[in-house]
Amino acid sequence: MRIVVDLNRCLGYAQCVPLAPKTIKLSGEEALEYDPNPDDSQRQQVLRAAASCPVQAIIVDHLDAGPEVQREHSEKRKRH
Amino acid sequence: MSTPKNENAIKKNGRIVIVGASLAGLRAAEALRNEGFTGHLTIIGDEPHDPYDRPPLSKQVQKGWVRADHTKLPRLREINAEWKLGVAATSLDRAKRVVRLANGEQIGGDRLLIATGVRARQWPNREEAALKGVFTLRTCDDAAHLQAALAANPRRVLVIGAGFIGSEVASVCRTLGLKVTVAERAAAPLAGALGNVIGAIAAEMQRDAGVDLRTGVSVSALEGDAKGHVRRAHLSDGSTLDIDVVLASLGSIRNVEWLDGSGLAAGFWGVACDAGCRAFDIHGVVTDHIFVAGDVARSPHVLYEYQFLSTEFWGNAVLGAQIAAHNMVCAETDRRPYLLVPSNWSGQFGVNIKTIGVPAFGDELIFTQGSPKHRRFAAAYGRRGRIVGAVTFDHGKWLQFYKAQIMRSGPFPPLQAEFDLPADMRVIPADFPARGVPTAAPDVVLTGHDPSERVAEYRPRTARAEIRKAATAANKEQKKQWRVAS
Repeated sequence: MRIVVDLNRCLGYAQCVPLAPKTIKLSGEEALEYDPNPDDSQRQQVLRAAASCPVQAIIVDHLDAGPEVQREHSEKRKRH
Repeated sequence: MSTPKNENAIKKNGRIVIVGASLAGLRAAEALRNEGFTGHLTIIGDEPHDPYDRPPLSKQVQKGWVRADHTKLPRLREINAEWKLGVAATSLDRAKRVVRLANGEQIGGDRLLIATGVRARQWPNREEAALKGVFTLRTCDDAAHLQAALAANPRRVLVIGAGFIGSEVASVCRTLGLKVTVAERAAAPLAGALGNVIGAIAAEMQRDAGVDLRTGVSVSALEGDAKGHVRRAHLSDGSTLDIDVVLASLGSIRNVEWLDGSGLAAGFWGVACDAGCRAFDIHGVVTDHIFVAGDVARSPHVLYEYQFLSTEFWGNAVLGAQIAAHNMVCAETDRRPYLLVPSNWSGQFGVNIKTIGVPAFGDELIFTQGSPKHRRFAAAYGRRGRIVGAVTFDHGKWLQFYKAQIMRSGPFPPLQAEFDLPADMRVIPADFPARGVPTAAPDVVLTGHDPSERVAEYRPRTARAEIRKAATAANKEQKKQWRVAS
């Protein structure tokens, strides 16, 4: 799967890190590092991590995320 | 004269060409479809790869954690485009509205988006640049080659130029346990982007991490062995280094050559466009069907005296793409202005460095929160009593506080957070190096009011050297005055 974290938006709350520890890590206290193309086996963890972000900085691929997530995302976009 | 009918026709079945298949090109394509564009879309990219993200290439990729070809960008929606990857655009015929490609193809369109970005500035000596073990870092192929060299346990790595990329790679080298020397012509790392006061803190970070940081020096020559592999570097102070890997991180060059002869205002700092992303021609007249976004764009900014702002930041590509896409297919009365407050991040030596606004536009600095000694602080940049930028080290949650003040051109010294105040809150000179030191060119820069940059473009080499000398002298004089003042 493909993700990107908008690190301008990211404020380092790091709630995503324990939820997807194989994909997202902290380097120091605030700098986030992540695997942009994690293995599909990480999908559930990554989706949970993305949902947990208070500033919604984790952007998940719309095409490979499956119809459910796509619907959720488009609703979120409408709200913004 | 364009009429609403025309715009609707373009939206419905027009042809749009995007040159550049990286972040800005991809996001523009998605934004066009979101705008309701149902016509034919062509995306041209000189690299053979699907659009990928570049920021990880100097960090997690070099650490060996993420493969260089594993930074593909997520797609925000279906774009139903015709992709032409691995083939560069070579010229633009504005009269015929045709883009010519390196393979001889011609692509016509009603609207064009220029998003060709920048490329890495190569080590200037061609023979030395061709030595094995000498790298630049811009593309995922560059990243793969450098990573392989770092993984092969080199005796020592030499990083030439301590901007963000060079500093990030030096940081990775230390994480990997590699010996690394950083050679920087300015007085400190990150000096071009953040000035010498913050640069001095970055220098301490590097040295504490075990980087052999040499400032105020340049690399005069690289020397190879019989097999053509780089083994030694000669520095301007007469010293030599035994090295196996060199990263030339000397900043970037805008990809505008393909526009030669098009009559567009394209030059050293990119392609000039108005605040709605529409390209200017060389006379400063705005075009109707050509738009610009991303690193290669340069547009006047309301917050910075309407000077043309050139920004090589991730967020600039994303927002520029959205605004350009909207304005490409909307009615004239619905056009949106491009009002980016530039922001950037860099993870290095375990510290998250974030900037907002244009620090290099400022000449004064004040630490506003936290502790510079502990590398956990916020500082604001000012010019003529107004706040123009801010930087945080592991203090990113406060960036919005300064952004709000920058956006309304608030006073400098800025409003205080009244929390976690530093011991010393005097206003001091930010101490930026004189313009003209190439390795110290910031990634976000105000480039004056001239859309066609004729002065910058046609200045001969010798004259440029003289100007640089004069600028250095002026800078020294200014510093002397500051010393007297403080």
